[in-house]
Amino acid sequence: MSSSQNINVGKRDLGSAKLVTTLSFAGLLSGLIIVLAYESTLPTITAHKAMVMKEAVFKVLPGVNRMQRLVYRNGMLAASEQVRKDDEVIFSGYDASGRLVGYAIAGAGPGFQDTIRLLYGYIPETREITGMEILESRETPGLGDKIYKDPAFVANFDSLSIDPEIRAVKKGKRSAANEIDAITGATISSKAVVRIINEANRLWLLRIEQAVKPEGKG
Amino acid sequence: MAKRKEDLQQEFIKGLWRDNPVFVQVLGMCPMLAVTNSAVNALAMGAATFFVLVGSSFLVSSLRRWIPKQVRISTYIIIIATFVTVTDFTLEALVPKIHKELGAFIPLIVVNCMILGRQEAFASRNSVRMAVMDALGMAAGFLFALLSLGAVREILGEGKLFGVSLFGPNFEPWVIMILPPGGFLTLGLILLFFSWIKQRKQRLEQRLAQLESEAR
Repeated sequence: MSSSQNINVGKRDLGSAKLVTTLSFAGLLSGLIIVLAYESTLPTITAHKAMVMKEAVFKVLPGVNRMQRLVYRNGMLAASEQVRKDDEVIFSGYDASGRLVGYAIAGAGPGFQDTIRLLYGYIPETREITGMEILESRETPGLGDKIYKDPAFVANFDSLSIDPEIRAVKKGKRSAANEIDAITGATISSKAVVRIINEANRLWLLRIEQAVKPEGKG
Repeated sequence: MAKRKEDLQQEFIKGLWRDNPVFVQVLGMCPMLAVTNSAVNALAMGAATFFVLVGSSFLVSSLRRWIPKQVRISTYIIIIATFVTVTDFTLEALVPKIHKELGAFIPLIVVNCMILGRQEAFASRNSVRMAVMDALGMAAGFLFALLSLGAVREILGEGKLFGVSLFGPNFEPWVIMILPPGGFLTLGLILLFFSWIKQRKQRLEQRLAQLESEAR
């Protein structure tokens, strides 16, 4: 009896060694394949992301044909090629003569269903927003998705004063330069866009002013 | 030889129609309901699942002698997950727009029970040729199901098919069809249709048997 048990134990040990080897081998091979796939697709993916961002910047800042990525570090805005993960980034846009036109600022915040990420152009000289582009959203099809599908709503942001703050009003009631027409049936999504821009303004306007002033004096 | 060819054909047709993974086995419901809001999304999801299922079935069937029984499920999952991850990266590089629309549902192909089910029930017990044929059939059946749901929902919900407008500007889209409830409604109606066909066939067969016995 005891001898047969011993044999069983021995068999099981041999078995588990085989199991471990099989699984490790499978895992190793799978890891290799995944790394290979990741490395071979990464350049295309990053290039595409950069292109999408560039197109969006040119769209929200009319008249711009060169852009520069700026990173906010230690109270300063500095041009930077390398971006760390938790860096705060904005883009500055220049016209054909190399003059600074304005900034493209990215903002994010909760929408009706999921986070909305957007980009908008801002001109410090006139304190105006020149365009808005939704980068990512999962708003309700047919209603909330009008924040980027409805040209009339997007046109609200073409020359919009930011003082004292942007406000969404009922469609057709727009009377001041800092007001936009909300979308009928998608008030929450419209207000979310406004709130995201206002919050991003609170974060960035002072920083931009400080960055522009010394340049103007010098 | 002729019989084997017939067998292979049978394995293919089984998945496409008689044992259709969606309409008959009611498997893989999560992607079925989530990404069929347009025909293009359904097609992309179907193609991704197609690749993963056929690849995994081929590999599982060819390695079936070397995979110990005790760890077979984990090994299948590793194989499936590898195919899915490769698909995920490839789609992101080639068709970033569709990849963004499908979102989390591409990684979720790993847990599509239809795929694991095929490995456990078929690929691990049959020759490579049979397994690949079975996978091709099942994957084609899944693609067909996704596409029919996606087409119905896009036509009614947006008045378009593959982004091409069908009814002109006067058509008022049924927004509910591209929202989640539309998925359930369409799937329910299609399942109803399929069980009606099945019942009708059974009744016809019964009637035939009755007539035959009476004739005798």
